[in-house]
Amino acid sequence: MSAPRDDETLPDAVTTWPHLVRIELLATLAALSLLTAWSILVDAPLEEVADPNRTPDPSKAPWYFLGLQELLVYFDPWLAGVVLPTLIILGLMAIPYLDRNPLGNGYYTLRQRPFAIGVFLFGFVGLWIAPILIGVFCRGPGWNWYWPWEPWEIAKSPHLTNINLTDLLGIPAAIGGVLVAAWYSLGGVFWLWRRRTPALAQLGGGRYALTAFLLLTMAAVPLKMALRLLLNVKYVWVTPWFNV
Amino acid sequence: MSARPGFWRQVYDSVFRHKFGDTPRNRMLQITSNVFLHLHPATVRRHGLRLRYTWGMGGLSFLMFLVTVVTGVVLMFYYRPTAATAYIDMKNLQHEIPFGMFQRNMHRWGAHAMVILVWLHMLRVFLSGSYKPPREFNWGVGVVLLTLTMLLSFTGYLLPWDQLARWAITVGTNMAAATPFLGHQGPGAQLTGVTERTDVRALLLGGPQVGDAALLRFYVLHCVFLPLIASTFMIVHFWRVRKDGGISGPPATDSDAAAGRSGGQS
Repeated sequence: MSAPRDDETLPDAVTTWPHLVRIELLATLAALSLLTAWSILVDAPLEEVADPNRTPDPSKAPWYFLGLQELLVYFDPWLAGVVLPTLIILGLMAIPYLDRNPLGNGYYTLRQRPFAIGVFLFGFVGLWIAPILIGVFCRGPGWNWYWPWEPWEIAKSPHLTNINLTDLLGIPAAIGGVLVAAWYSLGGVFWLWRRRTPALAQLGGGRYALTAFLLLTMAAVPLKMALRLLLNVKYVWVTPWFNV
Repeated sequence: MSARPGFWRQVYDSVFRHKFGDTPRNRMLQITSNVFLHLHPATVRRHGLRLRYTWGMGGLSFLMFLVTVVTGVVLMFYYRPTAATAYIDMKNLQHEIPFGMFQRNMHRWGAHAMVILVWLHMLRVFLSGSYKPPREFNWGVGVVLLTLTMLLSFTGYLLPWDQLARWAITVGTNMAAATPFLGHQGPGAQLTGVTERTDVRALLLGGPQVGDAALLRFYVLHCVFLPLIASTFMIVHFWRVRKDGGISGPPATDSDAAAGRSGGQS
């Protein structure tokens, strides 16, 4: 319990009671009214009893994980289901230690931090919300694309035969690793080129390296999706142990 | 005449530690002498009251958590987590128990709302730059809470024991089988020698596939373990909001602005 200190001296301070408590009460009543009405009108789903011998097609994860399930189209499960989610969580936690821009602390501004907001919105809307909407509304049997108004009874052609990038280019499979390394070394090239700019100098080498790794990983996701959708590329890098 | 207070007056004074006259002092005391309300500071800056600024998302996320706790406890009276009884109990809840369907609906839609509200809360905290110093740590606590919210939802998803539940959890937990080194289908499984019965998916499910053991595990995780962990992180989250200077806001003074500090109580 902290006794009021210099708070009152702030020009725009008001007492929490009733100013904030009143808003909380009204917000609570409004939210509970909505939720109650919704719960009266719409019943939670309950399908037939669980049956291990009957696999539904498609089998969809809970809607909030459909973004990750959508990634399974483009990446192997160890990447889509384990490594990328882990990087999302750790990457989110790292944001305050990587974004050293002191401006825009405690108010909305796009002008003072266009890069940070642009990257975050791209990730939040483009890489999280959009794939969830695709998974919920546009995926049918065989995980094929069905528009919401298309009946699932109409069979869709199975996946096209995909080809590994190194085969497409006619180069040895090991070069795939070089391509991946080249992708991440873009961060190093950019550092050598722009390290004297105020933004990068302020960041420093360590923070920059981590930022570049996370951003390039983030950008690699839509890049791989584009390779698959445009060129039917299955893997960029094939090894005996794992495929990327 | 005498100084002896009346009986009811004594009861009243023993419950409330302050008077209710509308004085600045009593306004403070209504917050600071109430165990629930003293989560708040006694005063707040006016900008922190604006819904346009906070969207009310953090508070409403917490409200949805409370809704699921209350309705969840009610549902626990009627639900047994075994493959033989779970689905029957769901049917009974829906068709036999008075207001059973309503309780279940509140629980499920409240949980879905909580997931969405937590995401929007994160979005608004990001857009208002509220993770910047001195609030870096609390942003991290918030990311943990975001993860826990989704895990709470995910573990609850299995409990109805219908086709939707079983196969959604099968899809979800199959990911664990692909964990590098720790899942039997993941890269490096040969190195560690994990099998279908000893990998992390088996740890989650209590066996190689979704069955009785998985239902019990998810039930305990959903009803006891994860709520306790989430509550603990929530305590830290709310406490740090205050310790880090209250609701974030624009710099309160010119010296704050020069030092790059945000406003709020110190």
